[in-house]
Amino acid sequence: MDIKRVVFVGVGGQGNLLASNLLGQAALDMEIPVVVSEIHGMAQRGGVVESAVLMGGAKSPIVSNGEADVVVSFEPLETLRILSRCNKKTLVVTNAQPLPPFTVAVGQGKYPAVDEILGKIQAKVDRVIALQGNDLAEQAGNVLSLNMVMLGALIGSGATPVTEEVMKKTISVSTKKAFLDSNLKAFDLGRDAAKKVMAH
Amino acid sequence: MHKLLEDAPGKEMLLLGNEAIARGALEAGVAFATCYPGTPSSEIPEQFFNISQETDLYFEYSTNEKVAMEVGAGAAVSGLRTMVTMKHVGLNVAADPLMTLAYTGVKGGMVVINADDPSLFSSQNEQDNRYYARLSGLPMFEPSNTQEMKDWTVAAFDLSEETGLPVIIRTTTRLAHIRGGVKLGPMKPRVTHSHFQKNPFHFVCVPAVSRNLHKELLQKYDQLLAKSEKSPFNEIIGNGKWGIVTNGVSFDYVMDAVNDLGVADKVSVLKMGFSWPLPRERCTKFMKSVDKVLVVEELEPVMENDLKAIAQEKEIAIPIKGKGVGGLSRLFEYDPRLVRGAVAAYFGLEHKAPAPVEVSDLPPLPGRPPTLCAGCPHRATLYAVKEVYGADAINPTDIGCYTLGLQPPLSMGDFVICMGSSVSSACGFSKATDQKVAAFIGDSTFFHSGITGLINAVHNNHKFTLVILDNGTTAMTGHQIHPGVDSTPMGLDLPQVVVEDMVKGCGVKDVHVVKPFNIKKTIESLKASLDYDGISVVVSKEYCPLFAKGIGKARKARPFTVNHDKCKNHRDCIKKLACPAMYLEGDLVYINKNLCIGCSVCAQICPENAIVPLKD
Repeated sequence: MDIKRVVFVGVGGQGNLLASNLLGQAALDMEIPVVVSEIHGMAQRGGVVESAVLMGGAKSPIVSNGEADVVVSFEPLETLRILSRCNKKTLVVTNAQPLPPFTVAVGQGKYPAVDEILGKIQAKVDRVIALQGNDLAEQAGNVLSLNMVMLGALIGSGATPVTEEVMKKTISVSTKKAFLDSNLKAFDLGRDAAKKVMAH
Repeated sequence: MHKLLEDAPGKEMLLLGNEAIARGALEAGVAFATCYPGTPSSEIPEQFFNISQETDLYFEYSTNEKVAMEVGAGAAVSGLRTMVTMKHVGLNVAADPLMTLAYTGVKGGMVVINADDPSLFSSQNEQDNRYYARLSGLPMFEPSNTQEMKDWTVAAFDLSEETGLPVIIRTTTRLAHIRGGVKLGPMKPRVTHSHFQKNPFHFVCVPAVSRNLHKELLQKYDQLLAKSEKSPFNEIIGNGKWGIVTNGVSFDYVMDAVNDLGVADKVSVLKMGFSWPLPRERCTKFMKSVDKVLVVEELEPVMENDLKAIAQEKEIAIPIKGKGVGGLSRLFEYDPRLVRGAVAAYFGLEHKAPAPVEVSDLPPLPGRPPTLCAGCPHRATLYAVKEVYGADAINPTDIGCYTLGLQPPLSMGDFVICMGSSVSSACGFSKATDQKVAAFIGDSTFFHSGITGLINAVHNNHKFTLVILDNGTTAMTGHQIHPGVDSTPMGLDLPQVVVEDMVKGCGVKDVHVVKPFNIKKTIESLKASLDYDGISVVVSKEYCPLFAKGIGKARKARPFTVNHDKCKNHRDCIKKLACPAMYLEGDLVYINKNLCIGCSVCAQICPENAIVPLKD
């Protein structure tokens, strides 16, 4: 089986750990060997939160520079920051809506224009799926469902061996009833957005 | 029912490394568990805490690691299967009891979980605690994946009971926080009560007793060595002439490297799982069977040095190298590419890895360091202390979320080395300098190891202010309870030790209790403490907003907004507080209403009164 190395990155509170955890569970449900790694603790206080899902029999739980098959990023600045994890062939799935760090507010840096960020990414890797993730989550009825939008986009891209059917089943089993409809809707919106980009 | 209690042998679950350890303990019939939480070990006791609510498993958050070790020791010498968990620096705190508990030994199986933190993801240092096995004479296991973390925990309880010694399992951050498939095993019933068999000439470690016990410990070393020689946890994979010795998560990187490089037929890998006592005979045989050896181990060259010593003794003249080969360093955690490169370099292999994209032409990116949350009461307290004490004052700080106050613009933090060091180092600073000293410590850290320092300050007549940031929980590690917590919202009935009562009990005469969101009154109290000739304590009480939300006690306040008709853009709010709910759009400050919890601190310091509650 081909090894697929997927890196998730986001900002504390965006829910990317849950997304990587669910992807890992779905892989296990499909009997695909999988290892997930996360960082907990201090880093989660509004900092950058990274996780990785390696499917297909890798023993190593992390992804080195240049070796990600897919990067799923919940925040455009963080996509840029983690770009060294990519090689030319890496698929980048990124939210295009910024969540500026407080350092920008206190004048310790300038948040680059989103178009400039996306331009840089597109110049570095062959395939980029950029979506208005927060808008789609809001459209799904729950602003906190960005992680489902991004998971939907990842599965919609077809870049992992995890199928939509199993992924949705895993989401259904582990979501509280009150959020299930909005989560699945968010997933679908992300999936469709990704498919639309892939079709171009 | 808690998912880790499922009695379904053979079922495969996706578990966090730390959950796998907890499951292993449950399968082994663990009856007694203690800890002081510490990343990356905290998710183990979190499972026990929840499980103890629905079973007869005894669990407690002890005041610190030394206490946890001693409470656990009492249970284990009485005959109960006991687990004690901590992070690597926690074992420094618990080292005193551990070193002599190795002499007395235990009756019920006792497993000590030690979580090292290569790369310092959440710690003040990256010490290598494999030395503690050597220092104490206790056996150590080092698993490499979630399945082993579960299975070897079961085995550790058995080994402990068989040899009468606590067993240390060493994980690292990476292993503690991986998720992987774990095939469950059968559950052993818990034995939750016992009768202590007195034996004072074994358990009371006066010199005459300990002289014998030390002898016994050395005899047990021989017994353990025999076990480690035969243990399947020390596994040799392959029979090639290129030897690699490795442990823990490095084993995973090595195996992937061997596969990626296509040299499985040329390599022999010795995986050190039962890593102390080091199986000397097996190492000897291994070294005799290969042409050269590469040692891949994170942090210190522990196995490398041992293997070189064995080779010298056994007259094995092959190259043995580790640190320095292809970037293998004593610093930080390893990764697959690094290890693959080192294996390739050492054995002279072609090595083609995909090139990372070029990033040198990217613009400088604004940082995103971890920061105090919107509405964090620490921000209010640190701001007030800065206003009163000024920038020249020394601010020894401590271990907890408030350490993040080190970041500008608060910049409140001048010295921290370990839990409790704020109070005791303040004693030194205040004697050695003429600067004002205001030290910070959190409530949980105060109970952990601030109290003895405070008594020292009282007794030795030190003059400084200690600010105790009492947010009602152990916030940084995930909201665990501690002695100062009101546990009733969690449905518990644990007696609360009130921080200010404790402070008064230590002999402090000048004690102030403030609500930090009332900036004016907080500043008044701080001014009084500044003027006080002696040790003064200010207890700043306000719930951690994340914790408050979790227990249904979130503030019922409107978020605030900036009235741009009044705002004259002094930007004191951003320049002095830097609350993450604030942001600039164009030239104006705005407040994110979804993040603002209505603490009102920014409104209180705005010179134009331009920050007001948001109307519906």
